[in-house]
Amino acid sequence: MKGNLIISVSPHQKEKPSTPAVMRGVIYALIPAVIASIYYFKLRAFLLIIVCIAGTVFTEAIFQKLRRKPVTLYDGSALLTGLLLALVLPPTLPLWTGFLGAVMAIVIGKQIFGGLGHNIFNPALVGRAFLMASFPVMLTTWIKPGLFDAVSTATPLSMMKFDHSVTSTLYLLLGNTGGSLGETCAVALILGGIFLIIKKYMDWRIPLSYLGTVFILSLILYLIKPGQYATPRFHLLSGGLMLGALFMATDPVTSPITKKGRYIFGIGCGVLVIIIRTWGGLPEGVMYSILLMNAFTPLINRYTVPVQFGGRKK
Amino acid sequence: MRLKSFKQGIHPGYYKGLSENGPIKKCPSPKKVIIPLSQHTGAPCKPLVERKDKVERGQKIGEADAFITSPVHSSITGTVKSIDKQPHPVSGSFDAVIIERDESIEEKEWEKGVIDLEKISADEVRKKVREAGIVGLGGAAFPASVKISPPKEKPIDTIILNGCECEPYLTADHRIMLEYTDDCILGLKVIMKTVGAKKGIVGIEANKMDAFKLFLEKTKDEGNIDVELLEVKYPEGAEKMLIKALLSREVPAGGLPMDVGVVVHNVGTAVSIVEAVRDNKPLIERVVTVTGKGVNNPGNFMVAIGTPFSDVIEAAGGLKDNAVKVIMGGPLMGIAQSGLDVPVVKGTSGILVLTADETDIEEEVNCIRCARCVDHCPMYLIPTEFVKFARGEAWERMDSVNIMDCIECGSCAFVCPSKIPIVQYIKLGKLALRNLKSKKG
Repeated sequence: MKGNLIISVSPHQKEKPSTPAVMRGVIYALIPAVIASIYYFKLRAFLLIIVCIAGTVFTEAIFQKLRRKPVTLYDGSALLTGLLLALVLPPTLPLWTGFLGAVMAIVIGKQIFGGLGHNIFNPALVGRAFLMASFPVMLTTWIKPGLFDAVSTATPLSMMKFDHSVTSTLYLLLGNTGGSLGETCAVALILGGIFLIIKKYMDWRIPLSYLGTVFILSLILYLIKPGQYATPRFHLLSGGLMLGALFMATDPVTSPITKKGRYIFGIGCGVLVIIIRTWGGLPEGVMYSILLMNAFTPLINRYTVPVQFGGRKK
Repeated sequence: MRLKSFKQGIHPGYYKGLSENGPIKKCPSPKKVIIPLSQHTGAPCKPLVERKDKVERGQKIGEADAFITSPVHSSITGTVKSIDKQPHPVSGSFDAVIIERDESIEEKEWEKGVIDLEKISADEVRKKVREAGIVGLGGAAFPASVKISPPKEKPIDTIILNGCECEPYLTADHRIMLEYTDDCILGLKVIMKTVGAKKGIVGIEANKMDAFKLFLEKTKDEGNIDVELLEVKYPEGAEKMLIKALLSREVPAGGLPMDVGVVVHNVGTAVSIVEAVRDNKPLIERVVTVTGKGVNNPGNFMVAIGTPFSDVIEAAGGLKDNAVKVIMGGPLMGIAQSGLDVPVVKGTSGILVLTADETDIEEEVNCIRCARCVDHCPMYLIPTEFVKFARGEAWERMDSVNIMDCIECGSCAFVCPSKIPIVQYIKLGKLALRNLKSKKG
């Protein structure tokens, strides 16, 4: 023994994963989706990802410096927000717009509430919602994947909604469709999701209840009028649902802390997606479904507090 | 077979192999002992001896006039050197009697008597257990005589013998179950007789199969004693969790096991009760696990109460150069010590010496509300609320989130990825709340 003994309060041993490690884990889980996006959308995708990450990291550092708080880039959360934002943007988006979205994601999505852990809404989605409100045309212009020249197209969901034309399941799985950078390739997203569940970096309750609700509701609609409504398989694999259910709705900061609450949150998201996709003016509703349920999170927490051990009255 | 268990909880690394294989060794009788006048839950003792008094091994040297208390005895034969404030492993410092050993006198030993279960009376058992200064040896050190004196309106139907030892590293109870099997079972019968319980259950975690099989074999002719295997999960050995796992009964919030007709005793306590009732031997020594990578020869030792930690660690081959932390108890609920001059007390189940790579002292970051603490709390509490209210010093609101139900098992802080010292906030909150309540009267 050298020097003084260390004194600290129990427990003296802790489980391995730290918050920065969990953030890194989620970033690793997104690598398949990043590879798919660069494969399909080439340099545009690569540059947009770089610009968005630069935007969030830079803004977080500046904001913390200005507030004379310790700069906590090492926790990886700003990097993750930048990456997630890029993955929900269209590949044709001008880079400056992506950067602006990244700045807004950090400023109004996160730091204004007090930084990591204090925000109410998912920061990446706040960034996207801001861009959607400011530049609606840019945010709904899509190109065909896999080509070096931009050939415009529509997303599978808008083709379904406005033309009733169905994209093949294989294309949806592989991502060979129009859409945001990271949302098109369902296989890549599911791989990442499995990694997160195995590593216990994510609770399975939200994705299960979210996807499960979408499946059940779309199945009911499909059975009522097969010609008019899309199949459950199409609903699950198209648009931003996989990305949203696996990587956005599961953001711990903005989702409920109780197990029961997480089911309610996921079911709520699922109901909203189906409502917006089926009867709303927009072809896609994943972003708004999650942001709306984020707003309900404090309320859900309040009403799902578990009864403490021995607290149930006989 | 599906093992019995409770909901939530954690699966830490156990490291019991360091110390569980060898038999219990005797720690050499120390040159001096420090006997704190409070080693239990309840009223502290007043000294019965003065400076320069000669005392004998087993002589009562402190007691108090209260229901919830426990007398203390000298663990060696010698002379009282002083009675003053001394380091204490739980409360930092406390009044203690220091006794220097007289090496010319042979230490008193107790001969093994016999117990006639038919003849002994409940009052006799209670009196002997109280006089012997027996407290719960699992760590909480609650006076055993109080536990076996339930009020008439709370009939007890089941006695549980707690052989879970769910804290990592510790193996004292495991060795006791292997080496004092008959006394454990006899102790269970004595307790059952005393409180009039019809049924006895021995609960053993599945990482001690040898002990489980031994108990099964020895109780095969006992119709009213069951031996049950429990899932290896922390905190399986916490009273409330254990009762839930074995009997599916939930001790009401703020209540005691006796509220659901149960009394739980640690296996080591049962052995001490037998020694008190059968041999009239007071609680002056106990089995202590000395372990961790920071100690040279980990093992279990029979240690005289009051022996300084330094003597016990010496018996285990001494500290290694890379030892950085000495803990009384296990890694999840144990108390870190600032020096090795503290004495072994009745509640010292282990002395754990950790090296730098065994102890986690990572930097704290913001709570990300991942709710791992909520998902693992065995009491179904919301630890994030405790942290929030403690930081805001909103002590009264901590009551509304049931902070007093927390058993401080540390599962929440164990799983927290942001490394927030949740237990520290909880201890702070409970203390502040108690002070607030006592001020209000």
